[in-house]
Amino acid sequence: MKVAAALTVNGTTYPVVIDPHLSLLRAVREEVGLTGSKEGCDDSECGACMMLLDGRPVNSCSYLALQAEGRDITTVEGLADGEQLSALQAAFLREGGVQCGFCTPGMLISATALIAANPDPTDEEIRISLSGNLCRCTGYDGIVRAVHRAATTPSGALGTVDLPAPAHAGNDATPPHRAG
Amino acid sequence: MSPTFSSAATIDDALAAMGAGARPVAGGTDLLVGARQGKAPLPDAIVAVDRIAELTGIRDGDATLVMGSLVTHDDLMKDPTVLTRLTALADASAIVGSHATRAQGTIGGNVMNASPAMDTGAPLLCFGTTAVLRSAGAERRLGLDELWTGPGQTSAAPGELMIALEVPLPPAGSGSCYVRLEYRRQMEIAIVGAAAAVTVEGDTVTDVKVAITALTPTIRRVPQAEAALTASAGDDGAVRAAAAAAAAAATPISDVRGSADYRRAMAEVIARRAITGALARARGEHVPVPASSALFGAGQGGAR
Repeated sequence: MKVAAALTVNGTTYPVVIDPHLSLLRAVREEVGLTGSKEGCDDSECGACMMLLDGRPVNSCSYLALQAEGRDITTVEGLADGEQLSALQAAFLREGGVQCGFCTPGMLISATALIAANPDPTDEEIRISLSGNLCRCTGYDGIVRAVHRAATTPSGALGTVDLPAPAHAGNDATPPHRAG
Repeated sequence: MSPTFSSAATIDDALAAMGAGARPVAGGTDLLVGARQGKAPLPDAIVAVDRIAELTGIRDGDATLVMGSLVTHDDLMKDPTVLTRLTALADASAIVGSHATRAQGTIGGNVMNASPAMDTGAPLLCFGTTAVLRSAGAERRLGLDELWTGPGQTSAAPGELMIALEVPLPPAGSGSCYVRLEYRRQMEIAIVGAAAAVTVEGDTVTDVKVAITALTPTIRRVPQAEAALTASAGDDGAVRAAAAAAAAAATPISDVRGSADYRRAMAEVIARRAITGALARARGEHVPVPASSALFGAGQGGAR
């Protein structure tokens, strides 16, 4: 039988009616409707589902949603302040820490937890700490650079990023030499 | 029966729910994963024990460290007493799962899950840890060798909740170390592991405990390994003899993580590293926590 509960995600409390066996990941994606967190392995191996629970990391695929009631849940959607990216998000863009993007929500959450616990991590500490997050593109160098840069950059200095136009935009546009 | 869920505020609440058939969940890091892998279906009735204040905290007595069953791996790896006097437990706690597992996973759940590959088991066994089990109207204490009866099995009754672990603190001149063979730095399960806890007086090793991980149906101590090192000078020959004895006690299985032959071959190497690390710490030498990373890290790889 489904039960009524309330989940507080990124500062907003959402009423949900869920099966007691439902995972936190599925509750947030399917009931709350925030789909930033990803289901990779659904087995606590890959970290794509990582969220913060009262500020501490959790593999949400393997955590009962009802256990999270009354706790502060943070997902990737909660890292930016409106259009203002967190320093970590901005650094991921600048350092090429995003390829296909599937691991990125979990990587950002994991790295946010790392920097909160260890504000000035070495590259080795970053690599070990993020070893519970798998990047299927194997783009780890860019990710490690991004975490290092975010950790060593004054707060706010990376917060504004002008996103370049997508590189493939020209494919859909009329080629200049045919324009006239 | 459709699933039910309740959250206990007190030990008595939890015991009442368990008396009615509910299974306890703390950090939850094993429960859902185990169900998905087909080890055991999710219980129909679940009682969350993760908000019971009575089960939290590390209490540091003169002779004993008492850990509430909700103490997390993250708590353990940062606790000053664990780091300095129960260092093998810090080694193990620091490499359980990933930082997400360590933030949520509890020592109580870890011990009661009774995996023969659990990292904290061999250190706890070497330290002579006692588990405190509470049931409605009763409480009993038993050693971990009495608690663990097989892979994933314990001698605890369904209505018993593990509320604390009591760990005797070793005397001055002691050192301990836990090392595992791993393919991955996080979210790894020990292929082979070993813990050693020793006490050194002058040039003589006066007390030795050695336990092996992922090599027998339950984590166990190896008296032959302990005898080989006790009363020795802790020299290379004695260390090798003890490691060989530890490996000889192994009856490993073959599975996706390693063949029995490979585990048997690595058992001696891992036991030797754990014993060497424990002796070094007992002599006041610095071996970083976690020892696995220090001993396997860049520039120090390969068999030593």
